[in-house]
Amino acid sequence: MKLEIIDLWKKFGANVVCKGIDLAVNEGEMVCLIGASGSGKSTLLRCINLLEPVDDGRILLDGLEITDPEQDPQPIRQRIGMVFQSYNLFPHMNALENVLLAPRRITGRSRAELRPMAEALFERFNLADRMGHYPDQMSGGQQQRVAIIRALAMKPEVMLFDEVTSALDPELVGEVLDVLRQLKAEGMTMILATHEMGFAREVADKVCFLDAGRILEEGPPEQLFERPREPRTAEFLSRVL
Amino acid sequence: MGASERQAAPAGSGAAGRESGLSRRERRERRERRRSMLIAAASTAIAIAAIVILVPMTPGWEKVQKAFFNEAVFVKTFPKLLEAFWLDVAMFLWCAPLIAVWGLVLALMRDARSPALYPLKLFAILYSDLFRGVPVILVIYLIGFGIPGLGLPRPWNSPYIWGTVALVLSYSAYVAEVYRAGIESIHESQRAAAVSLGLSHGDMMRFVVLPQAIRRVIPAAMNNLISLQKDVALVSFIGPVEIFRQAGVYKSLYANFTPYVGAALIFLVVTVPATRAVDRMIARQQRRQS
Ligand SMILES: Nc1ncnc2c1ncn2[C@@H]1O[C@H](COP(=O)(O)OP(=O)(O)OP(=O)(O)O)[C@@H](O)[C@H]1O
Ligand SMILES: [Mg+2]
Repeated sequence: MKLEIIDLWKKFGANVVCKGIDLAVNEGEMVCLIGASGSGKSTLLRCINLLEPVDDGRILLDGLEITDPEQDPQPIRQRIGMVFQSYNLFPHMNALENVLLAPRRITGRSRAELRPMAEALFERFNLADRMGHYPDQMSGGQQQRVAIIRALAMKPEVMLFDEVTSALDPELVGEVLDVLRQLKAEGMTMILATHEMGFAREVADKVCFLDAGRILEEGPPEQLFERPREPRTAEFLSRVL
Repeated sequence: MGASERQAAPAGSGAAGRESGLSRRERRERRERRRSMLIAAASTAIAIAAIVILVPMTPGWEKVQKAFFNEAVFVKTFPKLLEAFWLDVAMFLWCAPLIAVWGLVLALMRDARSPALYPLKLFAILYSDLFRGVPVILVIYLIGFGIPGLGLPRPWNSPYIWGTVALVLSYSAYVAEVYRAGIESIHESQRAAAVSLGLSHGDMMRFVVLPQAIRRVIPAAMNNLISLQKDVALVSFIGPVEIFRQAGVYKSLYANFTPYVGAALIFLVVTVPATRAVDRMIARQQRRQS
């Protein structure tokens, strides 16, 4: 088991957002989280990346409890990459600097040493000609791909994607989904919060339907999309499909 | 767009205009600009003439002229005032970097989020309340007279040191607020992105938040520096003979206010261009953001 979430609880004040979530992700698997707005998808991902402290429960990465309060979160975050809906590139740095910042600071190696690694990533995702561009000189799709490259440059073992195509113009969604397909083919372990039901059905190994902070139903996409067991899942799917 | 309009204009409409490379609209605008400039010049000339003619007709003018615009006194005192102004410049030059650094430290303390650092945050909050709540001149008096009063040995009883310490303490409270506004204007998602990459809190501030925040607040910080350039004169109240005090000495010596006018002129020569430069900087930044 690559990643295991056991009875995770998270609340903001009186608002309980995760109510005992259990989830297991195998190495190389892609798990899609679907569910209505406010069901807790983003919060779950942020807990996995330790951006939010959890109230109860445990998250294990390769058997290591990362939610242990004694655990230093920084090295854990380096092992888990995260990509956001709004790209969140650093606007005062060009694409290459965005990608190099974390590797430079964390490995202590120089730009020159790290540059080949970054260049290889830009080439792999057909962005070699955008390395010197600043975020405001790139399309949304290009920015999101740079954000993915930036996360990959830390050589993460797990990647989290929070609605990474939701802010994009429709014609740019495809290029970002292609990157996700490519990563899946290369064996990356991924968890995606998404509204792209077609994509989830095509690529996911497992789909989880979140409802009011619980995983109400999970299963392989064919089963969950074609023969949902829970009436609420069926209702949600009929609304979005 | 402009070019196609120009080409579309009928051939006979203005060979001359085409030759000078101006479209009809550009020529009209230039004409209007010239006319409004003429009007502005004329009305300014009339206003100045009125002052020059009417003010000397007032009953007290002759006395005021002698007391404030006395050429002989001006010529005698101006060079020495200029010399004394260097002390203002020097005090400004050693205060400004200290304020920039201490203000930043305060702003970072204020931004502290972990409970363990709460005492620092509380200190920064109280500090800013205290020094923004008390007039600069009072801080200068209290520190400038109070600390040397402890009977410290030279050079630690110098009013130069304690006067400027007072300025640094006061001004960094304001500058810290400026930095803080900048830091808070950087969206939380930038921090999340930095932290999710595994960067430490320090690296996140240093490489992601501060470069963006400081760029945004440079104009506001510059405005603070301009008022600092004027407020260094307040240090004279505890001793140092800088331009304001020097002007006071001459006022007593010649029983004449002209030295103050000279001092004001010297300040204007520095602060007016600086203010203009900052205004331009703000305008440029606003254009870039829109
Ligand atoms: N930092 C926060 N402080 C307080 N409440 C929060 C915070 N973040 C999320 N919430 C609340 O948690 C609940 C779940 O939000 P979350 O963003 O996880 O939902 P989501 O499933 O990602 O929705 P969406 O599809 O709109 O992105 C919402 O009610 C939201 O208001
Ligand atoms: Mg969300």
